[in-house]
Amino acid sequence: MSEIVLDQVTKRFPDGYEAVRDMDLDVQDGEFMILVGPSGCGKSTALRMIAGLEDITEGELRIGDQVVNQIAPKDRDIAMVFQNYALYPHMTVRENMAFPLKLAGASKEEIDSKVQEAARILDLEQHLDRRPANLSGGQRQRVAMGRAIVRDPKAFLMDEPLSNLDAKLRVQMRTEVSRIQSRLGTTTVYVTHDQTEAMTLGDRVAVMRSGVLQQVGSPAELYDDPKNLFVAGFIGSPAMNFMPAKLDGDTVHLPMGDVRLTGEASERAAGVQSGQSVVVGIRPESFEDAGMVSADVRDRGTTFKTTIDLVESLGAEKYVYFQIEESQVESEELRELAEDAGTADVPGATEGQVVARLESASRIDRGADAELWLDSSKLHFFDLESGRNLADA
Amino acid sequence: MLVLIFALLPVVWIISLSLKTPKTVGDGRFLPAGGEWTLKNYKVLFEGGFDNSPFIHPLINSIAIAVIATAIAIVLAAFAAYAIARLNFPGKSIILGGALAIAMFPAISTIGPLFDMWRSIGLYDTYPGLIIPYLTFSLPLAIYTLVAFYREIPWDLEQAAKVDGATPFQAFRKVILPLAAPGTFTAAILVFIFCWNDFLFAITLTSSNDARTVPAALAFFTGESQFTQPTGNIAAAAVIVTIPIIIFVLFFQRRIVAGLTAGAVKG
Repeated sequence: MSEIVLDQVTKRFPDGYEAVRDMDLDVQDGEFMILVGPSGCGKSTALRMIAGLEDITEGELRIGDQVVNQIAPKDRDIAMVFQNYALYPHMTVRENMAFPLKLAGASKEEIDSKVQEAARILDLEQHLDRRPANLSGGQRQRVAMGRAIVRDPKAFLMDEPLSNLDAKLRVQMRTEVSRIQSRLGTTTVYVTHDQTEAMTLGDRVAVMRSGVLQQVGSPAELYDDPKNLFVAGFIGSPAMNFMPAKLDGDTVHLPMGDVRLTGEASERAAGVQSGQSVVVGIRPESFEDAGMVSADVRDRGTTFKTTIDLVESLGAEKYVYFQIEESQVESEELRELAEDAGTADVPGATEGQVVARLESASRIDRGADAELWLDSSKLHFFDLESGRNLADA
Repeated sequence: MLVLIFALLPVVWIISLSLKTPKTVGDGRFLPAGGEWTLKNYKVLFEGGFDNSPFIHPLINSIAIAVIATAIAIVLAAFAAYAIARLNFPGKSIILGGALAIAMFPAISTIGPLFDMWRSIGLYDTYPGLIIPYLTFSLPLAIYTLVAFYREIPWDLEQAAKVDGATPFQAFRKVILPLAAPGTFTAAILVFIFCWNDFLFAITLTSSNDARTVPAALAFFTGESQFTQPTGNIAAAAVIVTIPIIIFVLFFQRRIVAGLTAGAVKG
C-alpha cells in the first residue's frame, strides 16, 4: 500500500499527439481515486502509464516514494483489472488467480490459501476449476478482480472494469468493488467514463478533458463547485442546464425572466462585473413545480411560466423539458460534451432545451403551460470565453 | 460428395495398383482380372533389411529430415512471428515482404547454384544439405502463418501477464505460446508436408541412400527384371509414405480447435 504521485507527467505519442499533458495528481495511501472523462480524454493512458504499459514522455511517476518511470510493470507491484478482463483462457479460474503468485515464487500452500481466500471474498469457490469460457460476464469480472487481489499489491489499477456488464449487474458490482476496496484498504486508481460510477465509488474524483486534468476533488466538491463549464456539464445526470445571461447588480437576466440572486448564488456572483455577459448553469433539481413549493422557501427563488414539451416520470421523480429562446451557449467544452454523449448530431437536442427535476407529486402535464419555481440561490456563473467558474475569480 | 469422390479417386486407384500383380498392373481396370490381389509389392519394399531394402533407409531419412526441418522452422518462426506481430522495429515490413518473396521464389532456379555450392562445401548428399534449403522455403511460410495467429491473440493478455509479474519471455511462454498452439500446429503441418513431399531438392542434392528421401528413392526403384516396370512397388511405396501424413494431420487436427481463446476477453 502506498501513495501514487504523478508529477507533471506528459505522454506524447510518436506522431506528436499529446494524450496526457502536465498531469499532477497525488493519490493518497489507501485512497480510492477515480479518473473520469469522455472517451479519448487520456484517462486510460494515464492509468497505463502508472501500470508501466506506456512509457512516460516527461515528468515523474512515484509509487510509494520510489520513482518508477523506468521500472518494468512486473517490478512495480501493482495489479490491474482490464476492461475486457484479459483472463488467460487456457487456465482454470484457480490457475488464473494463482498465476501472479506463481510468478512471484510463492509456496504451494500459500498460493492455495490465498486463492481460496480471494475466491471466498468474491464468491467464486464453486467455479475454481472452470475455465473463463464457461463463465458468465459477471463471473469473469470477479475472476479478474480475484487475480488482482490475491497478491496484496501496492495498488489496484482498474480500467473501466464494469463497462462490459449489463446495467443491473454493474450496479451490483459497483458496490462489490467499493466493499472490497474499503475492506482491503489498498490504494486504487479507477478509470471510468461513467460519471455515476465516479460519483458513487470514489473518495476523490479527477475529471480529465483532452489530456488535461480539469479538477480533482470529492464528489460533492465537483458537484457543488465545478471549476469550469466542462466539469459542471460532465458531473450530474441529467446534466446541468446552461443558458446565456447578463448580470445587472444582484439581478440576473435569464431567458425565462429576471431573477434576483439570493444566498450562495449572490456570493458566487460577487466577482462578476455588473453588465457582464455570462453563462449561467442551473442543475435540474434547482427547479420545482411552483405549486409544490411551500411559502417559506418560495421567497428564495423566482417563479416563471413556460410550456412543457415533455414529461418523463421515473416514479420517484419527474423530468420535465421546456424550451427557452436565444439560448445557445457557444462553447468548445460544451460541444465536446455533447459529442461524447452522442447528442451533438441530434437536431435540437441541445438547442435551448432545459430539463427540470420535479417531485413525483407534481401534476404538470405534457404540452401544458406550467408555472415553475427556480431556486435563485443555486445558480452557477461561468465566463463566456474561458468557461471558468466565476466564483473562483 | 462429388468433390470427395473426385479427390479420393487417385488415392483409391493407387491403392488398387499397389495390390496388383505385375501381370494385371497394366490392365487398366480398377479390380484386377481374376480377382488376384497380392501384398508382394509391399513385402518387396522391406526385403533385405536396412542396407539392401530400397525403401527402409529413405523412409528413415524422410522422417528424420522432415521432423528436424519442421522443429527448427517452428522454433525460429515462433520468435520471428512474435516480433513481427508485437514489436515495432525498423525494417519490419521489409522482413515480412522479403519472407513472402523468398517463399514465392521458384525453387528450380536455386537448384543449379545449390548443387555446385553443396558439392564444394561438402553438404552434398547430407541431412543438412536438404534441411537448409527446406528451411529457406518453409520458414517464410511458417512465419506468415504464425504472424496471422499471433495477431489474433488479444494484446491485453500479455499486458495482464506483465502486470502480474511476468518477464516478457515468461509472458510469451506461459500465455502466448499456449494460446498460439493451434497456429503452431497448423504451421508445423504445412512445413512438415512441404518437406515430406519435396522431390526437386531431394533428387538433385542427394546421390545415395545416405540422405535420399522417399520421393527421390521412388525414382530409383527397379523392377524384378530389367523388362518389368516397378509400377506396383512404386504404388505401394506411395501408399506407405501417405500414411504418416494422414496420421499427422488427423492427430494434430484435434489441436486445431478454433475458439481456443474464447473467454479471454469480452468482445
